[in-house]
Parts: sequence; C-alpha cells; structure tokens
Amino acid sequence: MRSSPSAEPVASGALAPRVRRRSPSPVLVLSLVLSLGGCAGFAPPQPWEKDRLATPEMQFDADKLDAKNTQHVYTSKEAAAGGYGVGGGGCGCN
Amino acid sequence: MHGTGSWAFVVRAATVAALLVLAVRVHAADVGAPAPAFTLPDAHGASVSLDALRGRVVYVDFWASWCAPCRRSFPWMNELQRRYGDQGFAVVAINVDRRREDAQRFLQQVPAAFTVLYDSAGVAPAAWGVKGMPSSYLVDARGTVVAVEQGFRDDRKAALEDRIRALVAVR
Repeated sequence: MRSSPSAEPVASGALAPRVRRRSPSPVLVLSLVLSLGGCAGFAPPQPWEKDRLATPEMQFDADKLDAKNTQHVYTSKEAAAGGYGVGGGGCGCN
Repeated sequence: MHGTGSWAFVVRAATVAALLVLAVRVHAADVGAPAPAFTLPDAHGASVSLDALRGRVVYVDFWASWCAPCRRSFPWMNELQRRYGDQGFAVVAINVDRRREDAQRFLQQVPAAFTVLYDSAGVAPAAWGVKGMPSSYLVDARGTVVAVEQGFRDDRKAALEDRIRALVAVR
C-alpha cells in the first residue's frame, strides 16, 4: 500500500533502449514446451508390452482382501470405481 | 529470415510426426479386412507364415506368459485343434513374451497341441492392432478376418465354436 517516496520510477525503456532482446531459439522453446508434458510425452506401453506391469509387485495393492474392502467402501460410499492399474494380469479387457 | 525458417521447420516436423503416428494406427485386423500377413519362427526355428495357411480356417491368438486369461484359453484351443484340425482348421498362437524362457515355462505348465509362434519384437500384434491380452482373430479360408475377440471369456466359447464349425463346413 505504502509507496516509498524516494523510489524513482524504474527506467524501463529509457535506460536500455538499444539492447534488443534476442528471440529465444525455437529449439529451446520447443524443448521447454515438450517438457511440460512430462512423462505424457512417452508412448504408453502397448498391450503386449505389459509384462512387467502385470507382475504382483507392480500392483497398487499389496493385500488382496484389504484392497477388496477398500474398493467396496469406495463403490458403496463414494460411487467410485476403477483406475487401479492393469487388472486381471495385463488383460486390457475388463 | 533465419528465425522464421526454423519455426517453419519445427511446425513441419511436428506435422510429419503426427501423420506418422496416424499412419501406424490405420492398419489393423478388423472384421471384413484381409488378415495382416506374418512370418514368424516356431520353437524349432522354422518359419511359418499366414499365407501358407491360406485355404484353412485359422484361429490366430496373441498370448503371453504373464497373461492370466491366456492360461485358461489354452485347454480350449487344444480342444478346438483336436476337433477341427483335420477339417481344415488350425490354431496359431503367437507368443509376445520378451524372453523365450518365460513362454517355455508357461508351455510346460499348460501344454499346447497347436502351432505356437514367437514374436518377441511385437511386430505382428502391432500390425494386427491388438488392444488387449489375449486377443484372438478368426480368419476364414480366403484370408479375411471374420471375428475379433478381446480377452478370453467362457461365455463366448460356444458362439466361437459354432462360427468355426460353420466356416470349416463352407471352406
């Protein structure tokens, strides 16, 4: 709120009028834009490449019974379901 | 100007990349389309091609050792091969495991009495547009895809077998 009276207005155009900014290189801009996507830039594994994703250690749930209970709560109380990795051993059909 | 030229290049490269991705997705084994060709080695290294099976009704199945439903499908495919093998029918199961040992271990547990081919590079499933494991395609004697099955479901077995019986009858 308080503006200090001693502060002079910063000379934006007056002090450096001759330094022309170089436009950023297209390659740099492109790589920055691509990095915004993060891992979404990589192609997802094809259905026949899901061997490691289908292993038990790659599942979100370590305990089947516990997971079933949790899912039951989600389904019955929150009307939510799905989104739990590769179901049924990598089969993309359920 | 130099700057404009590089931007034009970037845009052109992006367009070409997008078109390539689209082009890859166009070819798939849909019902009514000719079955994409493949030539793959069997367990002994002998090449087997789909063209060589022209004139027979072929059930092409894509499977992997890590695929649980595949395990259940093998006894049924054995039964199909046993029932219709001498009537101009063949089951060709294409394994997509990266390591051959995984497939061999699977086959020791679940023996296959039909042709098993190996495609660790995944060339055939890409060409056929496999969307899930297992995926099966029924190919008629003229090499046209007549049915596409995703997954293995017990309630589809009877309908598929009826289809196979009808196809070998008119072959």
